Amino acid sequence: MSVSLDIFLRKPDKVYHEGESVTGTIVVITPSDFKHDGINLTMEGTVNLQLSSKNVGIIEAFYNSVKPIQLINAYCEVSTAGRIPAGRTEIPFELPLKPSINRSLYETYHGVFINISYSFRCNVKRSFLSKDLQKSQQFFVQYLPQVSKALHPVTFSMSPASVIAKGGRVPDFFIRGHLDSTNCSVLRPFTGHIILERCEMAVRSIELQLVRVETCGCAEGYAKDSTEIQNIQIGDGDVPHNIAIPIYMIFPRLFTCPTLITPSFKIEFEINIVVIFENDYLVTENFPIILTRELQNIDIK
Amino acid sequence: MGSNTTEWKTLIITKPKKHCTKSAVDDHPLRTHTNIEYMPRKILGSQPSTGSSTPASITPSVFLQPLSDALEGLDPLTQFAIQETDPLSQIASEMKYDTFKEEVSMSRNQRKHKVIIDIEPWSSRKNAILSKFTTSEKLTIISSFLSDGEGVVLKTQNTAVDKVQHRLEQLDYFDEGSQRKLDLSQAEYVGRIEQLNQELVSTWNSEQRVKALKIAIQCAKVLADSDVLRFYPSKFVLITDILDIFGHLVYERLRTKADYYKPGSKIPTTLPEDFTPDIVPESAKETCRNWFYKIASIRELVPRLYVEMAILKSYSFLTSSEYSAALLRLTHMIRGIGNPLVAIYARCYLCRVGLTVTTTEKDKDYLKENFYDFLDTYNQVFGRYALEGLKIQKMSLETYLTLYTPALDFILQAVASGAPESLLVELLDRCRNHRNNYLLLNTIMSAFKPIYIATRAVQLLELISENNDQDFPLYLLIRTLGVSVCACPPPKEHRRQVVNVAWHSISELTNPEHYITCVEVWIEFVVQHFTFREVNIIIGDIVSHLSPNRAYEQYYNKLKCIVMNIISHMQDFEALLAMDNFLPLIDLFQQEAVKIEVCKLILNACNTIQHTNDPVITNALLFLCTILHDSINALTVEDERRQISELLCNVVKRVDYGRDFEQQLNFYAEARAAFSNLDTVLAQLVQCVNTLAVNVQKIVKGHHTRKTGSFVRACAAYCFITIPSIVSVYTRLELYLLSGRVALFNSCLGQADACFKTALKILPELVMDENQKQAETFLLSYVRNFLSVLLTVPDSPDSGVLNCTRILLNTLQSTKWNSGSMIVATLYLNVLDMLSTMAQETYPYHVTKVESNDTLYGSDPKFISEIDKMCTIILRELLSQLKQIGSGRKQAELSLDLMVKIVTLGDLNKNGLITLAINLWQLSLKHGYVDPKYMIRTKEYLNAKGNNDVLLQVLQRLSI
Repeated sequence: MSVSLDIFLRKPDKVYHEGESVTGTIVVITPSDFKHDGINLTMEGTVNLQLSSKNVGIIEAFYNSVKPIQLINAYCEVSTAGRIPAGRTEIPFELPLKPSINRSLYETYHGVFINISYSFRCNVKRSFLSKDLQKSQQFFVQYLPQVSKALHPVTFSMSPASVIAKGGRVPDFFIRGHLDSTNCSVLRPFTGHIILERCEMAVRSIELQLVRVETCGCAEGYAKDSTEIQNIQIGDGDVPHNIAIPIYMIFPRLFTCPTLITPSFKIEFEINIVVIFENDYLVTENFPIILTRELQNIDIK
Repeated sequence: MGSNTTEWKTLIITKPKKHCTKSAVDDHPLRTHTNIEYMPRKILGSQPSTGSSTPASITPSVFLQPLSDALEGLDPLTQFAIQETDPLSQIASEMKYDTFKEEVSMSRNQRKHKVIIDIEPWSSRKNAILSKFTTSEKLTIISSFLSDGEGVVLKTQNTAVDKVQHRLEQLDYFDEGSQRKLDLSQAEYVGRIEQLNQELVSTWNSEQRVKALKIAIQCAKVLADSDVLRFYPSKFVLITDILDIFGHLVYERLRTKADYYKPGSKIPTTLPEDFTPDIVPESAKETCRNWFYKIASIRELVPRLYVEMAILKSYSFLTSSEYSAALLRLTHMIRGIGNPLVAIYARCYLCRVGLTVTTTEKDKDYLKENFYDFLDTYNQVFGRYALEGLKIQKMSLETYLTLYTPALDFILQAVASGAPESLLVELLDRCRNHRNNYLLLNTIMSAFKPIYIATRAVQLLELISENNDQDFPLYLLIRTLGVSVCACPPPKEHRRQVVNVAWHSISELTNPEHYITCVEVWIEFVVQHFTFREVNIIIGDIVSHLSPNRAYEQYYNKLKCIVMNIISHMQDFEALLAMDNFLPLIDLFQQEAVKIEVCKLILNACNTIQHTNDPVITNALLFLCTILHDSINALTVEDERRQISELLCNVVKRVDYGRDFEQQLNFYAEARAAFSNLDTVLAQLVQCVNTLAVNVQKIVKGHHTRKTGSFVRACAAYCFITIPSIVSVYTRLELYLLSGRVALFNSCLGQADACFKTALKILPELVMDENQKQAETFLLSYVRNFLSVLLTVPDSPDSGVLNCTRILLNTLQSTKWNSGSMIVATLYLNVLDMLSTMAQETYPYHVTKVESNDTLYGSDPKFISEIDKMCTIILRELLSQLKQIGSGRKQAELSLDLMVKIVTLGDLNKNGLITLAINLWQLSLKHGYVDPKYMIRTKEYLNAKGNNDVLLQVLQRLSI
């Protein structure tokens, strides 16, 4: 058996806030004792930006990938050269979560062109005969719950007059709807309702599309891209008329974060309500939303 | 030996003369003997019904008891019959057991199943749905998890990296390409779903939880389309079973993997079954949240809803039993399902899951909300697209609407259980406003407590008749109302009106199928609460409705239920048979097998009546019996025969004309003509007639008038000519003896004589019996019994002295008995006993009014010498038998027995007898086969008995 190296964090959900200290243990399990030239632990946080090939040329996208922005980079020597005895060795550690100078911490986010991620890396140096042991462990950063913003309810209606036709004959319809707020907390579901008041043609599906809008600033200006995060069906088939059909969507973790606007990049979100008719005629209504992290109310209902 | 010339001389014991006058006494030693008509019927061996009846009516007969005892102990048929309960109740008890088992297994499946609502459990509905909604159409299933054998090869994974990689590969594999659409028949479809089920469990157990989730999602997806409408409810049942299992797996895993630290303990354990969210460790909560996040991102609406409902119970890890918010949210989200059938079944599942998790009354709002949501979207049921789908599938609107009932019933029953009456009023008001509201009315009637429904029966009937052009079938509605009304009768003053209105609608139904389903339910109500007149009218209505085009042929089962209902609720069985429409109803059963079953049912019920003498009823009963009897043919199994015989015997016993004996005998004669095929019944008839004869004798107290005299002779004649048609030789023998005794008791000497002689004539038939052992045992006791009767039989003046005994001896001698057996010799010894008694001056017992040989001959020396002659012949016969047997144990025993007989019965003053006795003693001693102790005791016995010198002399010469 070989030596195994692992990093365990104290919190099971691995979510930390700025200013908190991250605690955990480095665990080494080895069948026989061995010598090492030192163990060190690095805490890293980076923003990776990538240019979409749509906005700049393919070659440019390849070469011109924007330099990652380092948000945090802490290094710590856990142990100087020495021996690790056979069996299980646990080395506890504790590091404060603080951004590098002139930087601030952003929430963990995984997108298409922008990735914000945080990780620990542990390195056990060994003599040149044997390879160094390495292990990395991701963790997540979240903002502390902010003061809740005022709700911003929106009422909307859709009719052939209000939309631009896309394919097929335009059926006669009138749809009303209501969104509880466009200021949403990522912790709480996106809610509202939609009512089909009149509809000449049967509806095939009513869907809720969550879209991210990522903007990367670079030397030549900026690139803005909208991509779909998820698409949730709320109405299936010829839905009944004149009854409020709930709009309900839980924001997926990791793929959403509070709306983030920085000088070099922006992460924003939008919601599309899509109504597809039997003849593939499709109407959409777009709502930009502002995501926040409000209230430590984990109740996902 | 050589002592063959020894003459027998019977010892005549001279008793001290008692100077007492002869007078009639009540207590006669033969009293029980003459009461033989009460002979326990078990002797016949084929009348098991008495096995379970009270033995109180049986006067134990000293003479017969040993025989019946032997039979009782041995005969396995009787034993079996005693233990066996009647088949109907047996089935009932089995069913009870089955449902019990099911409940047990259910409760095992769904641990912590908190049913606070007393509605019919889902498990019992399941089977009903599965059997009702079937299809012959091709079903399609789209799945990537079903394979026709080539299967998904699961690689063994060694390292964690491999595992992850492999999982990813698998996901890709499932996502792309491999989904197939299969055309399947229903059976195949069910098989596939079962396969999916197993796949889910095995996947889960092999730690591939993502795949398990995917299977669950795919299953739920199947419920989104109702391509074969007729099968949809069954599909729902099958799929939700899988989802239940999935939900259970998730819940149990979260619970067991929670790493919960008990207060004060350091070892992680599983969570206790009744945990609260605040003791759930953060890590378990995190896993649980992950599940819900994963499910929340399922794209399609129907699968997302179903899977969330399936794992709804796991919310208990996150918050404290506040399910109500989640349940209400899901309730509203179901509105998004466009297909009304899919939506109502989704609601049904939600309610079902909800019932298992909610505990407080307050949380039950979602149930009502679900029903109201359905009401709000009720028009959708008849929406344009739903109707178009019907056209494509060529389904009638009626059948389409019945697809809704299982789900709707369940939801509303959940709503209604424990709900106040005001809710019913509210719902009725809301329903009134809907067009086509029969579906709703039907559900309401079946959901609410019968007592609420019954009090409103009139109102409901009005509501039903208000608007007639509806798509939901009227007959189902009436039927549902009938069920409620049966369970709880409406107030007395309404009953007649309810039946009138309901029956008016029922009799207007033209389709016999619809008609019979209604009648089946309503008949119970009518039978319970109305008189024969109404029942009679309704039976007449049934007959006239079902007669055209032989419609009844299709509904034998339902008709049978109706008959059963009538029978079980009629208090007065006689009135039932007296109804002029009842027998025509029975006539509707044209199929032999069903008809017989129905007759059996009725006759079984006839046990409730005590006795009847009404000629109409008797005729009706005989009619039913004849049907049963005529159903017997060569192929009828033994058990069937037995059952029918039992029923017929029962009927025969029920008919009682009291003191009108002539009528009674006529009935028996009629019955004999009708039931000539059944041994048991014939035997029963003979018994009955004998009882009759004895009863007559009792009434006249032995002094027969001319009329009664000829009547009892008629009875004897009846028996004499009935017995020969019985097949079993044993029964015949028994009955001849019995009838002979009864005849003797009634002073019909000629008849008695005839009976005895016929019995003797058929005695050799016993040899033909395959079971020789049984035949011998029977013969032994039978002949002994016979001998004791013969003692009282006076000699007929036409034939010689002791004619009967002679015939018996000749029969015994001439019949070729099994060569090795000692039976004849043993019987000869008994004959010696009897003959020596015959020679006494007065016999130990007599039959009243019959002068036995002691009175007839008055110990005439000629008579005595005649007896001695016979004894001598028997003695010779015995001695030659002794010789034949050859030395051995048997010989020794026989010789000892003979010796004892000689010493006790013979007059030892006659010289030869002493020598013979001593020789026999020596012979039995010779080979030491007989236990010496026995011999000593024998000697002691003789010593004690020894009251004359000769005997003592002999005893002295007996060495041991």
